[in-house]
Amino acid sequence: MAKRSENEALLIEMFRKMLEIRYFEETIEKLFFKNLIGGSVHSCVGQEAVAVGICSALQAEDYIISTHRGHGHCIAKGGRPEKIMAEILGKEAGYCKGKGGSMHVSDMGTRNLGANGIVGAGIPIASGAGLALQMKGGGNVVACFFGDGAANTGAFHEGINLAAIWKLPVLFVCENNCYAVSIPTCKSFGIPNISLRAGSYGIPGITVDGMDVLAVHKAASQAALRARSGEGPSLIECSTYRFKGHFIGDPGQYRPAGEVLQWQKKDSIERLRQVLVKRQVLGKTQIAAIEKEVSQKIQDAERFAMGQPEPPAKDAFADIYA
Amino acid sequence: MRTITYLEAIREALIEEMQRDERVFLLGEDIGILGGAFGQTKGLLEMFGEQRVRDTPISEAAIVGAAVGASLLGMRPVAEIMFNDFATIAMDQIINQAAKIRFLSGGQVSVPMVLRMQGGAGKRKGAQHSQSLEAIYCHIPGLKVVAPSTPHDVKGLLKASIRDDNPVIFLEHSNLYSRKGSVSEKDEAIELGVSEVKRVGRDVTIVAYSFMVEKALAAAEALSGQNLEAEVVDLRTLKPLDIKPVVQSIQKTNRVVIVHEACLTCGLGGEISARIVEQAFDYLDAPIRRVGLPDVPVPYAKSLEDFVVPNETTIMEAVLDVMKGAPKPA
Repeated sequence: MAKRSENEALLIEMFRKMLEIRYFEETIEKLFFKNLIGGSVHSCVGQEAVAVGICSALQAEDYIISTHRGHGHCIAKGGRPEKIMAEILGKEAGYCKGKGGSMHVSDMGTRNLGANGIVGAGIPIASGAGLALQMKGGGNVVACFFGDGAANTGAFHEGINLAAIWKLPVLFVCENNCYAVSIPTCKSFGIPNISLRAGSYGIPGITVDGMDVLAVHKAASQAALRARSGEGPSLIECSTYRFKGHFIGDPGQYRPAGEVLQWQKKDSIERLRQVLVKRQVLGKTQIAAIEKEVSQKIQDAERFAMGQPEPPAKDAFADIYA
Repeated sequence: MRTITYLEAIREALIEEMQRDERVFLLGEDIGILGGAFGQTKGLLEMFGEQRVRDTPISEAAIVGAAVGASLLGMRPVAEIMFNDFATIAMDQIINQAAKIRFLSGGQVSVPMVLRMQGGAGKRKGAQHSQSLEAIYCHIPGLKVVAPSTPHDVKGLLKASIRDDNPVIFLEHSNLYSRKGSVSEKDEAIELGVSEVKRVGRDVTIVAYSFMVEKALAAAEALSGQNLEAEVVDLRTLKPLDIKPVVQSIQKTNRVVIVHEACLTCGLGGEISARIVEQAFDYLDAPIRRVGLPDVPVPYAKSLEDFVVPNETTIMEAVLDVMKGAPKPA
């Protein structure tokens, strides 16, 4: 077989990662309906291209900070599905020893500063991480994920302004999936695109098709280059959609009939699959093999996580203070 | 030993820690060019440069959030909020982020930041610039809370707070800024979580912290004239709370008054009372008395503010009340 070009290898890796996220989230949904997961889980099915498009443009030493809908970000940054799943199931073997759960998964090994249960809270924290990177030197960046809902918080305003005036190396990535919880963006914004707000901070802002992993990757690469060269932060708005409700179990009655189906037709994984075939990067058999391999990986993760013990009671008192 | 002000002691601590550890840096409103609203950071911008002494916009949530984020990557920020009353704008970053990120990560990271804030009543600054909100922070697992009363303590405790790997809420009282006291020239950090007996006495225990310590000491001096010797315990660190010296004192005196400037309801006096009852019940010869601000916003008019803020006289009255029925000293 001919040696793959860097570009082709990247396409295949993106495909693999998006599949991994999709299969992972579907497994989590299955486990949730078996009452094995406490609280709420927020599925990112439909939004895989944003996580993968952004993270594939980052280096291993770059950081990300995530949201309550963060399983995909964690996987895209290199997190191991079995340890994420164990965390969501509240097992000691989870990344956070079962202390955080779905909304707080973090993995310092892959420089994922963590999912966050408070909408918008990650934005000033990302600016702080960017500040540390700037002070240390070395050219690394932080990608900060947040949703359309977060774009109306005070933390968004304060955090992005600070990054802008200090030219901090941050990529502010807005996953605009059209709804905060039940309220559509047309009701919470006086402007047609969230990226317009970048202008009020004096930073570049762009709106890209969040269902096109290559478009997201391109925007992320440009923003990362800008940040690395000391020119400061950017705002990348990714137009996307969550195929599931706000949380698993949310019937999503606030969404008009047919809207989900419309967006499912733009499925980012299917789009990339077609690109791979059209560009003759992979044949149908090879694609099927990858799908099987990733499916097995997630099944193995499930088996691992299900077999692990919960943390002992005394762990409730550990890791509070350093 | 030389005599310097509480303010100067803060400044020295910041300078020494910044010289000692290049990861320490400052951020806050008006700390650089202005040198701090009260002069706490005067000269530091010239000394360390604008990378390490950062003037921020009026953005309390971003000030604290940025400190959190920088500390996750190993920096050691000392953030300042100009008046402790303004921390309400940053409450999510303090309570849900700084305090909890270590636990939520299962111990993968720590948040080695200090949040310095000044405040307190007595200078007619009005209700939104005169509060003492330490009880809120003491209520939150994951935070440490410090409230020093002297130049010596503020310097040593600030050094220790900066060296601590946890988020520390460092509460300075503005009325103490001009107070002079002996401070060692040596590089000495004072361990967090250790109370100190500031005055030895046999008849009654007064528990206090921050500005109320000097009020308690003044009351104790006045009471001494009535042959009543009060022991004053300065908590210094409010969280973790070192109740041992308080218990030991009550074992000797059998009577206790707790003084704080914060409002009585759900003020720290309630927590301290509960711990005293749990650990020294058998030694109490009288109910515990608390002196604090009544449940009112701090008023502006001098007559009103002077009436509600605890002072030497109201502390003395509480002591005499708690001493009723006590056998006369030999």
